Amino acid sequence: MPSLPKHSLPKDSLRQAETVEEWKQHFAVALRKSTDDITVFRGELSVQIELDQLITVLTRLKDETGGAFTQLSDITAVDYPERTPRFDLIYQLLSVTLNQRIRLVVPIAEDAVAPSVTALFGCADWAEREIWDMFGIFFNDHGDLRRLLTDYGFEGHPLRKDFPLTGTVEVRYDDSERRVVYEPVQLTQEYRDFDYESPWEGAQTSMRQIDPSMITREPSSDEEQND
Amino acid sequence: MDDLSLLPNKPIPPGKDQDAILGAVADEIANRGFVVAQADKLFNWARSGSLWPMTFGLACCAVEMIHSAASRYDTDRYGMLFRPSPRQSDVMIVAGTLTNKMAPALRKVYDQMAEPRWVLSMGSCANGGGYYHYSYAVVRGCDRIVPVDVYVPGCPPTAEALIYGLLQLQKKIKRTATIVR
Repeated sequence: MPSLPKHSLPKDSLRQAETVEEWKQHFAVALRKSTDDITVFRGELSVQIELDQLITVLTRLKDETGGAFTQLSDITAVDYPERTPRFDLIYQLLSVTLNQRIRLVVPIAEDAVAPSVTALFGCADWAEREIWDMFGIFFNDHGDLRRLLTDYGFEGHPLRKDFPLTGTVEVRYDDSERRVVYEPVQLTQEYRDFDYESPWEGAQTSMRQIDPSMITREPSSDEEQND
Repeated sequence: MDDLSLLPNKPIPPGKDQDAILGAVADEIANRGFVVAQADKLFNWARSGSLWPMTFGLACCAVEMIHSAASRYDTDRYGMLFRPSPRQSDVMIVAGTLTNKMAPALRKVYDQMAEPRWVLSMGSCANGGGYYHYSYAVVRGCDRIVPVDVYVPGCPPTAEALIYGLLQLQKKIKRTATIVR
């Protein structure tokens, strides 16, 4: 990584910024980005960056803003199965001294490898392990990239949209083997969704499945009398 | 009265009958220094009167379990003291969502408890998976892992409901023949 000039954007000039638009200008300078790449949503800045810029941008935010963005609140990811690249990695940064947040959105392909930011922010350790566990996004140079939450020997990445809700295995204590055994999932009753009113779920699950020819209308007693 | 085992199984209300029995017991102790009773009834009385629960809080149900032990409801009145060790416990209260990852640990703790032992399943999650029934990570009922004696419904059950469940367990113990002939 090329060495960056320290304090190219002094904290004082950031402090003097009063409106979000002024913030946007300052960060466009700090991150060497055009202001078009920075969007403002509800008073918070969101920056779309490429994967190979990630370490550079994070380093600039941490060091060149005069040590303002020293806190990495969270790292998360979003799965867009139809889109290429498939995932978005999202880094949430907080400056306690400036009372300001910044969100970095990094599109990443399914087979791409993300650089670990544990060298910059120690707290990224478990966050990256969780993303590896839940989304299967691999991080380079992490050092200890094990699954964080799921069961020992778990297969699959649960927060991917194509992961089945009930998973693939279930557990049971076996009296003859005297241990807890894993078996393929067998549900006595399939998962049911009763949310017919939802504009996202309802239209697909209920209305479109009804074949109009299946609906037979019985003549009412009134009609018979009229005939 | 020579043999106290002939006493009725139901509680006797205060009055002439109760006074007669208490007087007879007092005479027995004064004259002979001991009383005669059925061994299994004595054991069941002792067991149901000192049910020490294993502290096994897994989720929000644990908070209600804590309430039941705290000063307002105070299960200590029934001789129920929460123990931090399965070796000292008689009943395990499975309070909360049992995940696949936790299941072997739960079974291990159950196996470490000395017999006779009982299990009380507390709340929807422990009873049958509850809200997480279709989850990839949750056991659909803790009775897949350990044999359950009493199920307490609720999400979470109140502290009163848990105490009612524990009293049901006491009843169950009292009517169980513990000596195999």
